[in-house]
Amino acid sequence: MSEIVSGLLQAINLIITFDPEVMQIAALSIMISLAATVIAASISIPLGGIIHFYEFRGKRAVIILIQTLYSIPTVVVGLLLYLMLSRSGPLGYFGLLFTPGGMIIGQAVLIIPIITGLVIAALGGVDRNISDTIISLGATGFQTILEVVREARLAILSAVVLGFGRAISEVGVAMMIGGNIRGETRVLTTAIALQTGIGDFPFSIALGIILLLIALVIVVIMNILISGLSAESQQALGGPRI
Amino acid sequence: MIRIEGLSRVSGSKTILDSIKLEINRGEIFTFIGPSGSGKTTLLRLIDLLDTPTTGAIIFDNTDTTAPDTDRLAIRRRMSMVFQKPAVLNITVAGNVAFGLKFRGIEKSETDSRVHEALEIVGLLHLADRKAVTLSGGEMQRVAIARALVTRPEVLLLDEPTANLDPVSSEIIENLIIRINKEMHTTIVLSTHDMIQGQRLADRIGVIMAGKIVQVGSPNDIFYQPFSKDIARLVGIDAPLKGIVKSNDRGHAEIVIGNSIFEAITSAPAEQRVLLYIRPEEIAIRLSDSTTEKTSARNQLLGTITRMVQFGPFIRVTVDCGAPLTALITRKSCEELGLSMGMKVKAIVKATAIHVTPDSG
Repeated sequence: MSEIVSGLLQAINLIITFDPEVMQIAALSIMISLAATVIAASISIPLGGIIHFYEFRGKRAVIILIQTLYSIPTVVVGLLLYLMLSRSGPLGYFGLLFTPGGMIIGQAVLIIPIITGLVIAALGGVDRNISDTIISLGATGFQTILEVVREARLAILSAVVLGFGRAISEVGVAMMIGGNIRGETRVLTTAIALQTGIGDFPFSIALGIILLLIALVIVVIMNILISGLSAESQQALGGPRI
Repeated sequence: MIRIEGLSRVSGSKTILDSIKLEINRGEIFTFIGPSGSGKTTLLRLIDLLDTPTTGAIIFDNTDTTAPDTDRLAIRRRMSMVFQKPAVLNITVAGNVAFGLKFRGIEKSETDSRVHEALEIVGLLHLADRKAVTLSGGEMQRVAIARALVTRPEVLLLDEPTANLDPVSSEIIENLIIRINKEMHTTIVLSTHDMIQGQRLADRIGVIMAGKIVQVGSPNDIFYQPFSKDIARLVGIDAPLKGIVKSNDRGHAEIVIGNSIFEAITSAPAEQRVLLYIRPEEIAIRLSDSTTEKTSARNQLLGTITRMVQFGPFIRVTVDCGAPLTALITRKSCEELGLSMGMKVKAIVKATAIHVTPDSG
């Protein structure tokens, strides 16, 4: 019991004194996951748009596959990428294994399905009345897509925020592709796993608190977006507002 | 203006529209009436080129819209559609109205003057800078109409334009539709399940039932000479009465129904089996003891009130005069006459208000 209390106190001390190592790990985590989210979003949003707007054979199957990949184990992505990126693998030439670059790719791969799936859902959630109205007012195909995406922008943004949440909290890819190299690829989740293993509880608790704070920020952002979204969809229904 | 040939739309195993053949003339108000789910909306969506038909063709101003090399967008831009539930975007009223012009790349000064003009027509100029989502249902519908008008369409399509509106808003919209047609010479195609609206607005009516056009004609044709029992029932006439012509004196016939005799105008000869259609609003009710009032109405039948059903501001009163006659009367006159179940009254119908068709069945 006293171990937990003293660990907590030391952890708070590490945070409020801006311990350089703690801060470096937190900053690296955020940077890597942000980069992964930007890359994933720039692939997922157009991809989700294509899947939503174009009719093709097997569309249903593609959506089911994407939804299945929501819950792909992080260690499976880690394993696949390890095989690809290792020296003898097909992408070994780039030397990305055990680098932040490799981790960014890994996390991006991990969250592309979830962002893509939620983008498809967001576009599908735009009232058909709105898209019909846009088309019947004489919009071209491209103008229609632009306006529908604009209507769905908040839902799309919340999909991206959710993707970031999954990226920063995962440990499998970071450990297997990053390798938890101190000062280079050590991020919040891998550091917690390692420091707990060697009994450095104050350090782990401090990193855990930071991770929770990041999660809190994400939830707050999500809530702001969703409250804006529900108001928007209310209005999209076009009914009289009391 | 619009010619529809052999148009069908099949969704899955369900046939929504079946071999529609129709011609809509330039400058007229054409109204589709039919029960919910009969295919009215589907037909309007096909005309607006939002969906593609399974078979058949829509020829818009001599251009076959189903031909593979047709520029459907260019044709769609000559029309505008107002949907049953108006979708307004979360921007100002003026912004909403300008939407269609934005897609056409119209300059700002031109856009401003056209938006001003369209809002003036629908009477919402004073709300131009309001957020559109804060408006009432009727005002939103007017915004949707202004948004449709601003592109100066040759054809305006309206799907159930007053379906969810109160009577006052409905009247404003109806007057607006008539004005747009008269002043801007816009061809108007609208759908409604409100028979009175159909009668009031339409130059011609097309009756749709279960995906088929079953009758096309003027409101008078439809309401007084329905082709079938189903159409008669749809337009508000109760089940027709079966009778036999007793005599016919130069078109003025006496027709026996049960133990009563009706006088009606028909060419049906004596002994012919006939069906009589009478619109409930054409039947008046008088107390049976008031013998002094003279009337030109030929049919005055004594009977007993067997049913009274509230119907909006009206009451449907069924009087059994040997044959059941249903009258649509106001609640006020019902109260003044003190009508009640089982009461003896006279049902009064002018001979000219009875529509007679031969009974083939």
